Amino acid sequence: MSPPLLGIEGHNQANVSPMASSSSTDCVSQNVSCLKERNYLGLSDCSSVDSSTVMLTVPADPKSNLNLKATELRLGLPGSHSPGRESEFSPLIDEKQLFPLIPSKDGIFSSGNKRGFADTVNAFSSRPAGTHTKTEVASQECNNNKINGSNISSAPSAKAQVVGWPPIRSFRKNTLATTSKKNDDVIFVKVSMDGAPYLRKVDLRTCATYQELSSALEKMFSCFTIGQCGPEGAPSREVLSESKLRDILHGSEYVLTYEDKDGDWMLVGDVPWEMFISSCKRLKIMKGSDAIGLAPRALEKSKNRN
Amino acid sequence: MAYSFPEEVLEHVFSFLKTDKDRNAVSLVCRSWYEIERWCRRRVFIGNCYSVSPEIVIRRFPEVRALEMKGKPHFADFNLVPEGWGGYVYPWIVAMSVAYPFLEEIKLKRMVVTDDTLELISKSFKNFKVLVLSSCEGFTTDGLASIAANCRNLRDLDLRESEVEDLSGHWLSHFPDNCTSLVSLNMSCLGSEVSFSALERLVARSPNLKTLRLNRAVPLEKLSNLLLRAPQLVELGTGAYSAEVRSDTFSNLTEAFSACKHLKGLSGFWDVVPAYLPAMSSVCSGLTWLNLSYATIQSSDLIKLVTQCRNLQRLWVLDYIEDSGLEAVAASCKDLQELRVFPSDPFGAEPNVSLTEQGLVSVSEGCPKLHSVLYFCRQMSNAALVTIARNRPKMIRFRLCIIEPRVPDYLTLEPLDTGFGAIVENCKELRRLSMSGLLTDRVFEYIGTHAKKLEMLSIAFAGDSDLGLHHVLSGCESLRKLEIRDCPFGDKALLANAAKLETMRSLWMSSCSVSFGACKLLGQKMPRLNVEVIDERGPPNTRPESCPVERLYVYRTVGGRRDDMPGFVWNMDQDFSTFRDSQEQENGN
Repeated sequence: MSPPLLGIEGHNQANVSPMASSSSTDCVSQNVSCLKERNYLGLSDCSSVDSSTVMLTVPADPKSNLNLKATELRLGLPGSHSPGRESEFSPLIDEKQLFPLIPSKDGIFSSGNKRGFADTVNAFSSRPAGTHTKTEVASQECNNNKINGSNISSAPSAKAQVVGWPPIRSFRKNTLATTSKKNDDVIFVKVSMDGAPYLRKVDLRTCATYQELSSALEKMFSCFTIGQCGPEGAPSREVLSESKLRDILHGSEYVLTYEDKDGDWMLVGDVPWEMFISSCKRLKIMKGSDAIGLAPRALEKSKNRN
Repeated sequence: MAYSFPEEVLEHVFSFLKTDKDRNAVSLVCRSWYEIERWCRRRVFIGNCYSVSPEIVIRRFPEVRALEMKGKPHFADFNLVPEGWGGYVYPWIVAMSVAYPFLEEIKLKRMVVTDDTLELISKSFKNFKVLVLSSCEGFTTDGLASIAANCRNLRDLDLRESEVEDLSGHWLSHFPDNCTSLVSLNMSCLGSEVSFSALERLVARSPNLKTLRLNRAVPLEKLSNLLLRAPQLVELGTGAYSAEVRSDTFSNLTEAFSACKHLKGLSGFWDVVPAYLPAMSSVCSGLTWLNLSYATIQSSDLIKLVTQCRNLQRLWVLDYIEDSGLEAVAASCKDLQELRVFPSDPFGAEPNVSLTEQGLVSVSEGCPKLHSVLYFCRQMSNAALVTIARNRPKMIRFRLCIIEPRVPDYLTLEPLDTGFGAIVENCKELRRLSMSGLLTDRVFEYIGTHAKKLEMLSIAFAGDSDLGLHHVLSGCESLRKLEIRDCPFGDKALLANAAKLETMRSLWMSSCSVSFGACKLLGQKMPRLNVEVIDERGPPNTRPESCPVERLYVYRTVGGRRDDMPGFVWNMDQDFSTFRDSQEQENGN
């Protein structure tokens, strides 16, 4: 059985109507039935196919523009015809925009315009369930973002998601999602301060370093400190300078300590941050004098900070 | 002239032939060799379950002991194939339960496996040993319980990345007390907690256990108990690698790891607490495979770890490793053959880590044996790709995913044609290629010209015209699998190269420009291909002939049309003129 020719006919062949226009319906039916096998280039290198089944139809010089008029695809079963494409569109897809197979006025086939990514996503978003993008809203936003390099407007942090891109398996996607959720877990610990009438709570996850924790605690307990130094220093109404406040907290007056999982009271700052937050159960801002028993160098340290 | 060997001798000679290629060649020599070979073929690999029917396989190979089969197209991994598409293994199991009572191995990939299937397997094959379900779905832990309970000689139970409906962890307790044959257990994809004591006892009574891949629910504190009972392990997948930081847990873990003198592969590492990483130091120098692709730890911790693994051959890691980490890998892991870098935040608009093309370039420079790459990143340049290509001409698998589609060379703003062209031109042994970024028809010209050993090509958001597809189909002599999405490829190239499709396993095209008319023509003219249109908008003949189809899957087959197509899949060799009415009656969709 000779293999069918499903190729594009070359220059010399009788014209068969392009599938796009309907002007020569007769030709369609006529020519489909008389498609013949041709070996245009005399090549036998149609990949691993027998030479006898070659039906290369691209002009010899692949670099030249496909002589598109001559290589227009002839399609359609006998008796069928495709009326002007312009008139019978699928309501769901703006086909013209996506698949510009319509020959332009001079008959030159053009499929050269790259579809904007936005168009693609837009088209997807109008499909029924199953292939819709993850967020229809996001895909609408994507209309305003041409992701072709040049004019990426301020993209939302969750940008329009095309189905299946980037190509990551669901297992991995789901695992990553739950992992990041775990990392967002909050770690609230109680913070007490000697002399303060009530305790506070701080979320250790909001800080990334000891310095940040220290600043956060300063802010939290500044009111108590102001009250504290009221009778000694400036009147309580006076706004304390930042450095004075820091001195009070970091000075010999106070030391930051924590209770770990074993119930021991430790000086904050000895272990790596991650280890600290995983073992810290509560915080205590101790008076320096009380901290003497904690560790001799605690006092030294606090003195050095002055 | 009676110079032929007795059958038994030939059979014995053939038993040394392991590969399908050799066996297929042998069976073409003459009729008697064909007969002898088919009776002694024990392993069958079917790359596409619909390319052949169970009856045909059974008729030709009556004494099969091991079956390996794949179902859905690769793009199903990325949700491009709708639910219910197919890939059901049940009919195969039914047929084999009668024909192959001595079947020992079933390995499936991307197939739908039900609990009934698993139960049938467990009851039909008395000597069943190996079950590997890779990226499969459709079953629950009840099905696993049947396997555990009934397969007396079970050696391998490997559920890699399958989607299992996890009803409970109780299935593990169904392994009978006298089951001591386990060699490999991979339950890493399961969610529920299994009874730890049941797991511990199972491990303790399995002296041949070489691979144990736990699921996330197995706590780190208990890992040392398991390791102490299985110091012979060669491959370990941890559970969650996090616990309260306690010195006793740490020292137990350290001790347990140091007892494992044969460990070559490590994976798992969900929720890593970096403080516990040093516990595994003792095994690092022996590791050849390290999968940290779920480990959300920072570059500095990653560097500390991988620089101790001087014998590493395969490294899978998240992009937290950053360029600096990959430089460290390049300096320390001189035996590295395979690198996979996965994105930690693939859907974020901005890069969250400092991982660029430079990391890959460093590894390509420093690791002389590198031949397999999967790399997700956000920027690439032609210069980098050319460098990589020149550094590693022995590359076999190169898969690059630039997260944003159609992104050009970030230095020159040109397409990445030259870069990928260099890859295919220099790497003459390249078998698998996935491309991304801004690509024109040019790159396909390079591929068609140079990629003569290429077997699998994945293309997305690339090309300008049919010429691109034509270059690939006409030039790539070894091409077996081609998968394309969102490219402006249409009817011409496809129809012009129709015969090529019979030499390939399959072609996938989605969101391209192939018209219904062309698909019909292809289907009608090529009887040895199944041309299946997947379209969720309804029957394709309710739209114009010129209307492009959503998805097209073409594959060669000797099994004819499949009989399990769902309502949104049409085979193009059917008669569409009378089709519409009957279809509407049948499906009522």
